[in-house]
Amino acid sequence: MLPLSGERLDAKGIVSDKLNSIDTLRGSSTVKRGFAHMLKNGVVMDVTTVEQAQIAEEAGAVSVMVLDKLPSEVRKAGGVARTASIRIIEDIMDSVTIPVMAKCRIGHVNEALVLQETDVDMIDESEVLTPADELRHIWKWDFTTPVVNGARSLAEALRRIEEGASMIRTKGEPGTGNVAEAIKHIKKVNDELRTIKSIYDSGDNQELVRMSREFKVSYDIVEQTAKLGRLPVVNFAAGGIATPADAAYLMSLGCDGIFVGSGIFNSDDAKERARAIVLATTFWNESDKVKEAQKMIDERQSMIGLDVNTLELRMQDRGGSA
Amino acid sequence: MSLTVGVLSIQGDVQENMLSSKSAIDELGLDVDVVDVRTPEDISQLDGLIIPGGESTTIGQLSLVNGSLKILKEKIQSGMPVLGICAGMIMLSNTANDKIIGKTDQPLLDILDIKLERNSFGRQKESFESDISMDSINIPKFHGVFIRAPSVSDVGSDVEVLSKFNERIVAVKKGNVIGTAFHPELTEDTALHKYFINLVNKSKN
Repeated sequence: MLPLSGERLDAKGIVSDKLNSIDTLRGSSTVKRGFAHMLKNGVVMDVTTVEQAQIAEEAGAVSVMVLDKLPSEVRKAGGVARTASIRIIEDIMDSVTIPVMAKCRIGHVNEALVLQETDVDMIDESEVLTPADELRHIWKWDFTTPVVNGARSLAEALRRIEEGASMIRTKGEPGTGNVAEAIKHIKKVNDELRTIKSIYDSGDNQELVRMSREFKVSYDIVEQTAKLGRLPVVNFAAGGIATPADAAYLMSLGCDGIFVGSGIFNSDDAKERARAIVLATTFWNESDKVKEAQKMIDERQSMIGLDVNTLELRMQDRGGSA
Repeated sequence: MSLTVGVLSIQGDVQENMLSSKSAIDELGLDVDVVDVRTPEDISQLDGLIIPGGESTTIGQLSLVNGSLKILKEKIQSGMPVLGICAGMIMLSNTANDKIIGKTDQPLLDILDIKLERNSFGRQKESFESDISMDSINIPKFHGVFIRAPSVSDVGSDVEVLSKFNERIVAVKKGNVIGTAFHPELTEDTALHKYFINLVNKSKN
């Protein structure tokens, strides 16, 4: 069963229907978080065209994420990055059987509503796009469509879950081909989970409530998460993943799955690389298979990575203090 | 002799099914091990198997790659009980059509003679919870969690319909093979996992 910490039973996104006098419930935490559980141990790939989406599906991706530009191209182009063209999203939805996600700007309620109306399977409130509101994220409980958010720490993850996020991913540093930040973020979340678990086990409620104030979230969600010893929603790795070995390493750190952004379709061997990253994610704990996957790609075809310390734009800081 | 039930660990909600199976086994007081399995060698040791929810295209392609699809089919045909959930039921079918895309050429196990429609109830926004019943296996009320769920539009003469939701078939059975469109592992109710564990136990004793 699913842990439903922080669940709001009166959320506007929950819809009670009667189907031929049978009661049904849509948009509940079970249904929204449950969707993310079906993606576990899988790879979600960023795509910008129907052709890329089909390559992703053939490679064994569990879902595709539609963007106007890949994160690395967003970096180069500068200016304001917004949600993708609805026509392209619809064309992709009509051409693959796997779920289709799309990104909206942080805090941009109506971009998210447009994506919900388009019927995408999940919305990513993403730091890759230019934030519409630096101080407020979307109140995601109002949505029947599940929403995923990025996080660099346990505090950020719990803040997003309290706003109604049905899934969390690390932020990493998108569009860099540099996996270091994603590793840093998942290790930080894991560390902090271990800390609150040991505080909970020792019965020190005084310390737990202090942590909740530091995290800027309710005591309840900290207590429930501490009791579980893990996030109450599925947690993927994202941001800078470019090779099969990157994916396998993040899986070994306890991530539930992988998002790959620019790493695949910005390389010169997209088809092979897409397949290889799926293989390495599935068989991450079998070193011979990860080696075979890594052998499928050519390092000379990999996207040129960026040093995170000299970046002009750090996407991960967007919306991070809110 | 203790029995071993495996959860196919290629992609999807493997842990959730292992937890539900362990709860079911505790409640039944049986001596059964629950393991996650992926390789043909591990699969060949099993007394029962659960194919979990996930993406059927991914599970199909990758179990074909590592050679487990072939041994799965042989084991099921020789009588090993199997519970296929959502993507797992799609894997057990002989033809899968997507509601929008039409016929798919994804790798399938071809065990159940059923006409299956993927994403039958619509996309994620239409995913829902509702009570259903499986009277013929003595589960009169069960909470069904349907996530981008498939449904069965027609069954062959040897396939029993276990449950319908709004005139659509959502659970089927043929001998020791069970398929459901909904996710028992996302609820606290272990009734279906208990039924399955009992089926494994009976097939060995």
